[in-house]
Amino acid sequence: MDMKIIHEMLATLWTVWAVAICLGIAFWALRPANRTRFENDARIPLNDER
Amino acid sequence: MSSQAALLPGRRPAPSYVEDVIRTSMVLTMFWGVIAFTVGVVIAAQLVWPQLSFDNEHLTFGRLRPLHTSAAIFAFGGTALIGTAFHIVQRTCRARLFGGAPLGWFILLGYQFFILTAAIGYLTGVTQGKEYAEPEWYADAWLTVVWVAFLIAYLGTVLKREEPHIYVANWFYLAFIVTIAMLHIVNNLAMPVSFGGAKSYGAWAGVQDAMIQWWYGHNAVGFFLTAAFLGMMYYFIPKAANRPVYSYRLSIVHFWSLVFMYIWAGPHHLHYTSLPDWAQTLGMVFSVMLWMPSWGGMINGLMTLSGAWDKLRTDPGLRFSVTAVGFYGMATFEGPVMSIKAVNSLSHYTDWTIGHVHSGALGWVAFIVFGTMYYLVPRLWGRTTMWSTRLIGWHYWIATVGIVLYITSMWVSGIMQGLMWRAYDELGFLQYSFVESVAAMHPFYAIRMLGGLFFLSGGLLMAFNMWRTVRSQPETVGTDGRTVFAA
Repeated sequence: MDMKIIHEMLATLWTVWAVAICLGIAFWALRPANRTRFENDARIPLNDER
Repeated sequence: MSSQAALLPGRRPAPSYVEDVIRTSMVLTMFWGVIAFTVGVVIAAQLVWPQLSFDNEHLTFGRLRPLHTSAAIFAFGGTALIGTAFHIVQRTCRARLFGGAPLGWFILLGYQFFILTAAIGYLTGVTQGKEYAEPEWYADAWLTVVWVAFLIAYLGTVLKREEPHIYVANWFYLAFIVTIAMLHIVNNLAMPVSFGGAKSYGAWAGVQDAMIQWWYGHNAVGFFLTAAFLGMMYYFIPKAANRPVYSYRLSIVHFWSLVFMYIWAGPHHLHYTSLPDWAQTLGMVFSVMLWMPSWGGMINGLMTLSGAWDKLRTDPGLRFSVTAVGFYGMATFEGPVMSIKAVNSLSHYTDWTIGHVHSGALGWVAFIVFGTMYYLVPRLWGRTTMWSTRLIGWHYWIATVGIVLYITSMWVSGIMQGLMWRAYDELGFLQYSFVESVAAMHPFYAIRMLGGLFFLSGGLLMAFNMWRTVRSQPETVGTDGRTVFAA
């Protein structure tokens, strides 16, 4: 397998990998189980004097 | 030190924060803002009356223009970002700045030294000729040192935080610091001709040089002028409105989609050049896709006001911040439209681009800084409000009218200019000579200068208001006699 084929394969896989990371982040952010946690995190600036 | 409200259960009192550096950064931001706006008005006037360069090489448009852009972006914007970064990271992490005041001073003053070195270079004709990356190798090398120190201070503070979660504003600031370091180093790789001389030759050549320059240039827009100021928005709008951000989950999606996409948008600066066509199309597609995260962020900022819209009537500082988010939405709609190749064939190299940049720079960046400073300055000096709220209202309206005059005149001038360049007569000859297009733009240059003058006047009102605020009697004085942050 020469470098050209390896490069092309990695370039293709890279696209799949980037999409998978994006979907993973979106799942993590929108998962109902994380709702309360993120609502609390959103209050950090409001509680920073307390 | 500054806490007046009762502590939340299980919390230790907040540590003593580094604040003197932040106070100084606010004064310097105001100073550079007035300089940047003034030089902007001067060069706008030179375009109306070219004799205003007085046949003096130091005062030519070519030298003053980078002085204006660098004063606005790097001096005014950058100093505001350093100060607010220190403020936000300490408070949201509940930790004193890593390296303490000495490292904070080194970063702030080291950055000022870079600005002065760069500015002297511009006026004396020392330049790399790369837009927004004009400083020569010696200034670039110094900025790298300062920037690494900035990263160490920021990251060190995040690492020693007491707050378990890293608040989203910090993600935006960190993306800004890390990406600017990468862009700055790669775009400025150069070999000095001599150790004692200013001249250097860049590592890149030809179309690769152009691509790297606009990879740098557009991500300076994306990570310096957008991501970092979004960090400001995610902290100061909730603070001023006294309610949490509308959707924290949206802010996470906003952050990741923005950083994933922005880095690819640079080639839209090189449409119809020798850059390969596929790269141009890639830049266009990513620019259009950026519309979604940008508007997601705008909606998140605006909806934070949901249920508190009445505050816009009583708090003109917050009005600045919210209008900034509106301009952010407008500029990030206009940008993707202009990146479409068919539109770009009309808009590129015309004043439309200049108008677009200023709806972002004046409407988004400067307004979010003004809104932040109107919140932060009185509190940093132990007051609860600025010396005159009425004056903030005046500033708001004068500056808004100034921006509207600026961008509408540039729309008309730019589109007219583009249409004149591409107009043919029935025999296939160009219908207008270049100088005819220049003469046609003259009245719009005068309107633009007037808009800039309005914006500068507003900035002077702010500087006066700030001076009076700082000089007035503090309301909150600590036990050691020093003024303390008024929460």
